[in-house]
Amino acid sequence: MSIRERLSGNEAAATAMKQINPDVVAAFPITPSTEIPQYFSTFVDNGVVDTEFVAVESEHSAMSACIGAEAAGARAMTATSANGLSLMWEMIYIASSLRLPIVLSLVNRAVSGPLNIHCDHSDAMGVRDAGWIMLFSENNQEAYDNLLMAHRIAENENVQLPLMVCQDGFITSHSIENIQLEEDEEVKKFVGTYKPKHYLLNDKEPIAVGPLDLQGFLFEHKAQQAEAMKNAKDVILKVSEDFEKWTGRHYGLFEEYMLEDAEIAIVCINSTAGTTKFVIDNLRKQGVKAGLLKLRVFRPFPSTEIAKALSHLKAVAVLDRADSLNAIGGALYSDITSSMYTENVHVPMVNYVYGLGGRDTKSTDIESVFNDLQEIVKTNKVENPYRYLGLRKEEK
Amino acid sequence: MAYNLKEVVAKKPSRFTEGHRMCAGCGAPPVARMVMRALKEEDHAVVAVATGCMEVSTFIYPYTSWTDSFIHTAFECAGATLSGAEAAYVSMKKQGKLPKDKNTKFIAFGGDGGTYDIGLQSLSGAMERHHDMVYVCYDNGAYMNTGIQRSSATPKFADTTTSPAGSVIPGKMQSRKDLTEIMASHHLPYVAQTIAVNNFKDLYEKSEKAIYTEGPCFLNVLSPCPRGWGYPTDMLMQINKLAVDTCYWPLYEVVDGKYKITYKPAKKLPIEEFLKPQKRFKHMFKPGNEWMIEEFQKEVDRRWQELLDLESIS
Amino acid sequence: MTNINSSTPMEKLTIGGDIYEAGNARDFKTGDWRSIRPVFNVEKCKQCGLCFPVCPENAIPVGKEDLKRKDFNYDYCKGCGVCAKVCPFGAITMVEEGE
Repeated sequence: MSIRERLSGNEAAATAMKQINPDVVAAFPITPSTEIPQYFSTFVDNGVVDTEFVAVESEHSAMSACIGAEAAGARAMTATSANGLSLMWEMIYIASSLRLPIVLSLVNRAVSGPLNIHCDHSDAMGVRDAGWIMLFSENNQEAYDNLLMAHRIAENENVQLPLMVCQDGFITSHSIENIQLEEDEEVKKFVGTYKPKHYLLNDKEPIAVGPLDLQGFLFEHKAQQAEAMKNAKDVILKVSEDFEKWTGRHYGLFEEYMLEDAEIAIVCINSTAGTTKFVIDNLRKQGVKAGLLKLRVFRPFPSTEIAKALSHLKAVAVLDRADSLNAIGGALYSDITSSMYTENVHVPMVNYVYGLGGRDTKSTDIESVFNDLQEIVKTNKVENPYRYLGLRKEEK
Repeated sequence: MAYNLKEVVAKKPSRFTEGHRMCAGCGAPPVARMVMRALKEEDHAVVAVATGCMEVSTFIYPYTSWTDSFIHTAFECAGATLSGAEAAYVSMKKQGKLPKDKNTKFIAFGGDGGTYDIGLQSLSGAMERHHDMVYVCYDNGAYMNTGIQRSSATPKFADTTTSPAGSVIPGKMQSRKDLTEIMASHHLPYVAQTIAVNNFKDLYEKSEKAIYTEGPCFLNVLSPCPRGWGYPTDMLMQINKLAVDTCYWPLYEVVDGKYKITYKPAKKLPIEEFLKPQKRFKHMFKPGNEWMIEEFQKEVDRRWQELLDLESIS
Repeated sequence: MTNINSSTPMEKLTIGGDIYEAGNARDFKTGDWRSIRPVFNVEKCKQCGLCFPVCPENAIPVGKEDLKRKDFNYDYCKGCGVCAKVCPFGAITMVEEGE
């Protein structure tokens, strides 16, 4: 039986972690994810979980300790945001190359500089090709559900990759919303126990982890990682299917909202999808065939599936909550345009960089995007596909 | 039981095997091997090594020289990596996920680069959090793995590739950081400075104490590098002896805050004896540079006296 | 494990570069690094024990029962000469390889 609750995104993540009951949590506080280790250390100190909480002196050490713990044979988890993830960066790559299914709760925030504690996705986008599975969450419920599914995906023997569950800083992490929680015992059953084949603490089979891997081997080891990332897609779908059987809540690689018969659509991730759905509902009442593709699984990138889902549209806007400072557009936009090209699908497409540093994205902003898309459909012309949404600029 | 070198070497198999690729005459392998031999034979160990000479020469895929479990992650985080493994052990043991009757000990090795410098924060954190582990620094006084660049462990005036003895600046112009004292200031149950000398008794006994003292322990072991220091490869043991007999590298331990000097040379040798065989100090012996040797001697004397004082007041 | 070599296909490599055969570096011989070799004169040796712990290569075997050192293990000896230098009895001499 599900339990109805009202929790913030951070509370939802901490609750999931409590129910997962990992062997080790190593974390360092950083806004807006600080509450996760705070709540969690309360669980530890009140004896609610069996976890060893390692109160490390930095995020670099947090990820290093998670690597040490996971390699030792434990389930290790952590949480961070923005600069915390930047400081972990070196170890993020090492965690995935060592094929350790660590699970990280990433509460998205702008990476410095300048310093800003509010939401954007520059932290996640900075590690997008580091070999981690990346799941995005529109709200507290999805953050909770993604975490409950995380270990079964990451630990699958055909995958064995670390996984991060992203949610929007403050917008999701600090907003209290309704949520359906599952019972502790049921979660325990679903998540299962971690049984690695080889681990440091097995004295019967001492192993060595983290070699100097020279010209003769590194290439193949990287290709193994790439292969595991490809394998992850089917595993995610299978675990999501099992999750749906258990909870009734459906998850795919992405969510299609009014997309099937849409003529114009927005592609975005995390909380902006909520605002977009609200706008679509209004536009539909006015007869505008607007739709949404909300990406859940960003890594592995479901390129064929996305190209197919967008192929019937007359115009598409991809919203990136992080600028790529590369003069061609955001990361999500780049991935989607190249997916479409590879699948030989041509749909007029435009990119909006929006919401940086927590800039509020209002329903009127989303409406303006749909207006632009209608204009593109009318003129069949895409001028300046790399645009900003909600940016102050001198009129020319 | 009294230390018997032959018994130790013959009866306790080496846990750091031959077939590693450290340079001929390197001072670190005898140290690592003896530290590992201080483990009880029935105990298992998880060893973490910071990136550096020792790591890149002992675990080149697909060969490992360690007979215990081993992990290397990066340069600056052997302390944090091992603290994670230790936390896993505590947690899993508590939950009954590991056999009750089996002990695992946790030992980290790092060079002076990975310990005095880039890894200092990670080490400090791990020690302060009181993980049950030993961190062993094999101090060869420069970043040898990348080609002899100065570190904060490099002695004053040493000629390194980033502190070359030039015509204006004669080598490294700063004194060596005293890491052993920094670790003592963490108020750890056991901190010691040692070296491979004579029959290795000092090194073995301190390793044994460090491994079997509960809580975080630290060993600082001077490990000469023939290439970086510029002496013939066969002189390892003579250099080690001179380091202790000149009091350049005093042997002592701090047990729960109490200082004990474990070797006091009957006749303290002048520092020239230690400096002379090493090319990195060659420029100090040029006419007109006598002041450098005098200054070096003063520094050694001052530090030795400080240690004597610490011993007498504790 | 040691059957992994530079022609092993990716599917056959251990993931993450893990090694499950601890101590398998013994299969990697370093004796060919040597340009000078130590020669052991058993007559002169007093079994004082100073030489074997100093060998960086663990190339001086010691008998488990008789506690006596045996001849060098040339599979690994790199010819550094540290042992010869510590021997107080001249029981180890360094000679050019090939002599």
